[in-house]
Amino acid sequence: MKSVRLFNARQKQVLGFNLLRLLSLVTVLPILGAVIYIFVRGMPAISWEFLTAVPRSGMREGGIMPAIIGTLYLTLGTAAFSVPLGVAAGIYIAEYAADNALTRLIRVAIINLAGIPSVVYGLFGFGIFVLFLQIGTSILAASLTLSIMTLPVIISTTEEALRAVPNSFRVVSTSLGATRWQTIWRIILPQAMPGILTGVILGLERAAGETAPILFTGAAFFLPRLPGSLLDATMALPYHIFVISTQVPGMPIQIQYGTVLVLLVFVLGMNLIATLIRSRARARRQW
Amino acid sequence: MDKFVIENLSLTYSDGAESLRGVNLTIRANAVTVLFGPAGGGKSTLLRTLNRLNDLADVAEVSGKVLFNDIDLLNPRLDVIALRRKVGIVFSRPVPLPLTIRQNVSYGLEMAGERNKARLNAAVEQALRLAALWDEVYDRLDAPATAISGGQQQRLCLARVLALEPEVILLDEPTSALDPISTAKIEALLMALTDQYTIVVAPHNVQQAARIADFGAFFLQGELVEFGVRDKIFLTPQDKRTQDYIEGRFG
Amino acid sequence: MPGGRTRRSEFAITFFIKVAGYSSILLVTAIFIFLMKEGLPALGDVDLKTLFGSRWYPIEGYFGIWPLITGSLLVTVGAALVAIPLGVGTAVYISEVAPGWIKEILKPLIEILAGLPSVVLGFLGITVAVPQLRLLLNLPTGLTAFTGAVMLGLISIPTIVSIGEDALNTVPQSYRQAALALGATRWQTIWGVTVPAARSGILTAIMLGIGRALGETMAVMMVTGNAPVLPDKWNALFLPVRTMTATIASEMGEVATGSAHYHVLFFIGIVLFLLSLVVNIFASFVSSKQRKRAERVLS
Repeated sequence: MKSVRLFNARQKQVLGFNLLRLLSLVTVLPILGAVIYIFVRGMPAISWEFLTAVPRSGMREGGIMPAIIGTLYLTLGTAAFSVPLGVAAGIYIAEYAADNALTRLIRVAIINLAGIPSVVYGLFGFGIFVLFLQIGTSILAASLTLSIMTLPVIISTTEEALRAVPNSFRVVSTSLGATRWQTIWRIILPQAMPGILTGVILGLERAAGETAPILFTGAAFFLPRLPGSLLDATMALPYHIFVISTQVPGMPIQIQYGTVLVLLVFVLGMNLIATLIRSRARARRQW
Repeated sequence: MDKFVIENLSLTYSDGAESLRGVNLTIRANAVTVLFGPAGGGKSTLLRTLNRLNDLADVAEVSGKVLFNDIDLLNPRLDVIALRRKVGIVFSRPVPLPLTIRQNVSYGLEMAGERNKARLNAAVEQALRLAALWDEVYDRLDAPATAISGGQQQRLCLARVLALEPEVILLDEPTSALDPISTAKIEALLMALTDQYTIVVAPHNVQQAARIADFGAFFLQGELVEFGVRDKIFLTPQDKRTQDYIEGRFG
Repeated sequence: MPGGRTRRSEFAITFFIKVAGYSSILLVTAIFIFLMKEGLPALGDVDLKTLFGSRWYPIEGYFGIWPLITGSLLVTVGAALVAIPLGVGTAVYISEVAPGWIKEILKPLIEILAGLPSVVLGFLGITVAVPQLRLLLNLPTGLTAFTGAVMLGLISIPTIVSIGEDALNTVPQSYRQAALALGATRWQTIWGVTVPAARSGILTAIMLGIGRALGETMAVMMVTGNAPVLPDKWNALFLPVRTMTATIASEMGEVATGSAHYHVLFFIGIVLFLLSLVVNIFASFVSSKQRKRAERVLS
């Protein structure tokens, strides 16, 4: 009797482990497949002309350079607003805030900001930046919208990176006569920098790939010129992909895949950089 | 001359733990005062009160009076930054800042606003010599501070404090993480430094206390049980509890 | 000692930091107030019965948002059915079973999925999944709620995996060792001890994953067919449907400011905002309860 029960338990485990392996495989195979497929079908479209020329014939020929530049502008614009504000907010929560109800409220606010659907950000950005403040459909409005959306990620990762720095450094620095900001500036922030940087890059990576927030705040499908100022609208890769794959008849499928590939490389590239920073920092840590 | 005059000092942490109860103590200048006793006695708390490092901890209530050079130490408007430059501390585990050796030693001066490279380097050398570390690290001052041994790191921490030219040096179990040779070096250092500094040490065992003390204070569960000159308190303690602890009946 | 100068510039920086700290509260409140300002008038423009009616046909003035709500729910529930087994299974696999080298491959892959822009997934959806599904299941069109559910499920998986894996990692090794010492197999330990110990964290992961699915726009918009109909037939899963998010995205560009349509779209935005608020507060409540419980156990 006993040997039969043991047999079942072990067999159950083998079955169970294989089930888990299967589930994990089903999860990752599509990812791998998708990335490889995009590379395979998109590579033929990639050429120097594709990356640097402007589109012709209603986007059906030529290059996608304005969309690439536009995405770069939007990413930089998002960084300009969200990084200083987000890092500062993270510093506040990790180093200055007392453990009271107000701080808890701040945390709840951040959690909620993180959960707001991207299209609601687009709605808010449209209403407040484009209409109410009359900035119009522009890089500025889109960047501000994307910045608010990216803020929670940057705040959370900054806070986590700061908290990971050993408290003994703070105590020692204070005992040597440093003020709180001196301690942060000289010791804590530099030590947390890789973690903060990783979070910033991951946040910007998401902002670069988002469509809904820029739909009515800054994205345009066809512009005769590159944007000349912050108040101009711009083309952008995510929006471009959306339009050419759903609203342009006769769009060569190769160009569609090529554009998707460019965005994919951009996003994955940032991911890779973030991962490299993280692993390098872990190796060189002095604590 | 009295460096610190402590009158009826009581301190409670916010989780309710009562750390110090009605402590009355005088710390004499230019001497080694040793705070000894079993764990939880309040020695660390007292040390951190003397340089207001307790401000960083969750302290619920402090009462009593502490005078440092006749200045009210517990005054909330006291310039604690200037205080900490005059009253330095070395902790039980060496904590090198994630900087070079040179930057570690000059840290306090740089935070105080000193920019002149020549003056900083001179202060670094002087402090390292005083801490008997110069001969061992003079050729690698720009190496990371984690590159030296534990005993050397602890002397580095001491040099860090000395660079600020303080009046008082507090040490909280400074040799508990060190081997006997490094321990002996540091004990010799402490006894030699008394011409210029007031030293307050919480040693991690009675034997060390007896070796280096000029004055001894026995702490038990937040209370100062007995205080006296070395020969008296270690050889002929007045209180039975002191005697029991010294003889190893509890600890 | 130049302490005075340092103190003054330090005061400015500290002030900026404090303001930045409160900014998140300001922003959430601003978003909420603005949505209310532009969305509540919908209750005045359209009577409640129509608003929650089942016809969404703005051109003729029908603003029934009910099909949109059910559309979102249908797709989200479908996504949950896909994402929960796959996500939790993968999380358990990575945390408890997988050898180191497999972990090194799986985790970056999951991170890649997390970083994939939703428009890219939507693109693959319409170019690959939709035609395939139409052929496979012999449907009139591959643009269905089912397609959307599968896409959304994939999008939600990384959230469930990373937060779930964190939760499992937080379970102390001593729990597992105690169970194994009592003669349990690793499989029994996982489901009898480890997963129950991490259940609040896993629940949090699932809720945040569902929240993500609920709020997703582009991928859903591109593959669900955008037909605002009530899913009242038995095979509704395999018919086109439209979510709240897709509605806002596709119609916002064409509305006249201040019109009833404009207000109703903002009203939908309020519904989405409140839904995500509820999900997130619930999730953080669950995770803080777990933290408190863990603190009690470990202290």
